[in-house]
Amino acid sequence: MSNNDLLKEAERVMTVCNACRYCEGFCAVFPAMELRRTFSTEDLKYLANLCHNCRGCYYACQYAPPHEFLLNVPKTLAELRLETYRESAWPGALKRIFGMNGLAVALITVLSVAVVLLLTLSLRGPAIFFGFHTGADSFYQVIPSLAMIVPFSLLGLFLLTSLGMGVNNLWRETGGKPEELLDFRAHLQAIKDVLRLRYLDGGGHGCNYPDDRFSMIRRYFHHSIFYGFMLCLASTTIAAAYDHVLSLPAPYPFWSLPVLLGTVGGIALMAGTAGMLYLKLKMDREPASSQSLGMDIAFTVLLFLTGFTGILLLLLRSTPFMGTLLAAHLGVVLSLFITMPYGKFLHAVYRYAALVRNAIEQSRN
Amino acid sequence: MACGNFNRVDLSHTFDVLVVGGGNAALCAAITAQESGAKVLLLESAPFEFRGGNSRHTRNLRYLHESANDHLTGPYLEEEFWADLLAVTGGQTNEQLARHAIRESKNLGDWMRKRGVFFQPSMRGTLHLARTNAFFLGGGKAMMNAYYATAAKLGVTIIYGAEVRNLEICDGRFVSAEVALYNLPSKVRAKSVIVASGGFQANLEWLKESWGDAADNFLVRGTPYDRGVMLRALLDKGAKPVGDPSQGHCVAIDARAPKYDGGIVTRLDCVSFGIVVNKHARRFYDEGEDFWPKRYAIWGRLVAGQPDQIGYSIIDARSINLFMPSVFPPIEASSIDELASKLDLDPATLNETVSTFNQATRPGTFDSTVMDDCVTEGLEPRKSHWARPLDTPPFYGYPLRPGFTFTYLGVTVDKQARVVMQDDQPAANIFAAGEVMSGNILGKGYMAGLGLTIGTVFGRIAGKEAARYVKQ
Repeated sequence: MSNNDLLKEAERVMTVCNACRYCEGFCAVFPAMELRRTFSTEDLKYLANLCHNCRGCYYACQYAPPHEFLLNVPKTLAELRLETYRESAWPGALKRIFGMNGLAVALITVLSVAVVLLLTLSLRGPAIFFGFHTGADSFYQVIPSLAMIVPFSLLGLFLLTSLGMGVNNLWRETGGKPEELLDFRAHLQAIKDVLRLRYLDGGGHGCNYPDDRFSMIRRYFHHSIFYGFMLCLASTTIAAAYDHVLSLPAPYPFWSLPVLLGTVGGIALMAGTAGMLYLKLKMDREPASSQSLGMDIAFTVLLFLTGFTGILLLLLRSTPFMGTLLAAHLGVVLSLFITMPYGKFLHAVYRYAALVRNAIEQSRN
Repeated sequence: MACGNFNRVDLSHTFDVLVVGGGNAALCAAITAQESGAKVLLLESAPFEFRGGNSRHTRNLRYLHESANDHLTGPYLEEEFWADLLAVTGGQTNEQLARHAIRESKNLGDWMRKRGVFFQPSMRGTLHLARTNAFFLGGGKAMMNAYYATAAKLGVTIIYGAEVRNLEICDGRFVSAEVALYNLPSKVRAKSVIVASGGFQANLEWLKESWGDAADNFLVRGTPYDRGVMLRALLDKGAKPVGDPSQGHCVAIDARAPKYDGGIVTRLDCVSFGIVVNKHARRFYDEGEDFWPKRYAIWGRLVAGQPDQIGYSIIDARSINLFMPSVFPPIEASSIDELASKLDLDPATLNETVSTFNQATRPGTFDSTVMDDCVTEGLEPRKSHWARPLDTPPFYGYPLRPGFTFTYLGVTVDKQARVVMQDDQPAANIFAAGEVMSGNILGKGYMAGLGLTIGTVFGRIAGKEAARYVKQ
């Protein structure tokens, strides 16, 4: 469907919903819809990003296909949401990645791992992959400190810029004014909503995954991914501080903070992503957007691989596999950094922006 | 799942309880009978996607409760419930049975919750029901999904697309049912039957018996599967009728609505803010008689009484945002002339109607939230509230048609939900629940959430009694 058709369909769907309103107990989308009588392009893009895809409204819908109104709210909003990702992503030149996101992310991942392995191989020689490296600094024996810090710092900077520009674009596209982004209380509310995944609880009883029954399982899997990811981030940040502030380079003993956080985080990340992939494969496809399936799966697999290679590296760091695993882990993380602003990760920032917007307008009404 | 696994069901087997129907009453009956130890077969005539009868269009039910809870704001006791019922029915009810239903409805919410139904606080725009009516999270289809899941888990055999066409009844006892499984005829035997298959409001031929050809222009708000086949069969086999066969609950809805199954979104709440004219561009009734929620039920019949069963609600720019948004956009025009031509009305007559109305309006303080003092003088029919001149373009028109919701004719039942025959004796193994018997209690009028109360209460009674009969 063209962008225009998507918007028209979303407008049609929301107009029917607004005359019904039976679903208002499920999430934030319907109360936000009820603040309006008509739906501008900005409104629709905002509502599309506010939707958490819990599917309660699909199974409860008396107008769902094959009813002649053919209402499919989650699918319609998911398709429009993908369109907003494409439109808001920065820099715009790379937008085409969204057309074949699964494939692109897979290729970038393979390439990233290959490049890191090959670079390591050519700079350090084949012995680096088969020897034992233990003790302080052993990671840097495989990949020099600067070779880690410089590319990842640059990429991190690019990532933050890209996400920032993307949110800025989305904020404008959904009708927001720049000064509204400074609403401290709205941010506080949105952070609370995110930390609890409030709108994945479908009005108190969970999402409809993998079928029409209510279940908390998707929320728990997502919590596991979110908090796992945060722990990994914390682990990396603390490790960086150990290294550069305290001059204590990795690897660290098992009972150290970075390793503990990374281990728990990595396992949570793996468990959550594995669960999410299971739900994706088993779920009813009717309320899903087929266009974003590849993107969703690619990102989830990439997160799983990040946790998996990290944990493997920890387990086998005193064996000759350490060199290969370190290079592989860094390759996967490199791919994650590269693809984050052009894939499913965007949902984290864009949905947050929509939640801020929702907090602002609900406090006004 | 989409068409039921009927090829794996052994229909030569004699079931304990056959439940005919697939809405709220049918599921409550099937669940209760199975919980009571009976082996239950449920035959739903609709395909899986449209299962649930008119219950899929509902959103709340009313039940007796002594105190507030997480979804009801205060107590609702028997005497108040009974007084409300008496008021809407004007006495066309069976007090003994009605009071029995009210008492049996006590704390139904708990029973429903245990069977998977979730509740939410009262919806915006329906706060006047917050104390008396419990709203299902996601509405009636979500409730039916929960009931079907519960029934399946308990082991009820469910077949979709299975229309029961006739019942074999010998000496007042049910023997077997003729079933069309996707049009393949079969015979099903069971020790007892619970008929919970609704009224006949989707059967236009039947409606024509009372309404004549006007029924061709009726819209049916709910399921097209409520054709009254079982009601007809029971009456033909000697069940004692109850309720006025010529009446039904009928509201004015948007004429552009689908013929069937348009549900809630086709309602229009703008009538009291403007004027309503017929196809000759003439007014025919006081649009501001009372608050819309108290009056919408009479407008279906009013429009049905007009030529070609069509009306047009006309408002101006001052009123367009005063009511719940509706599914179809209004027909918009910058002048009355233009609106008339867009609505296919005679422009001269519409202009005359509007200007006569405008001249008859008296200055007052408009307030949509109270019965205000904006009235007409010297106009026939008068408009007794919210009468403001239609003078601010753009002007808007909504076409109206009668939308049939349910019929009152049913079979008489006793307190055990047994169908009472012409000789006033209850049939031993034939039970009825839901719309097919709600005329015993709601002989006239409408009360939000009462249809589901009757369906749930009598569904449970029928399920329990049928299981008890089978065990004897």
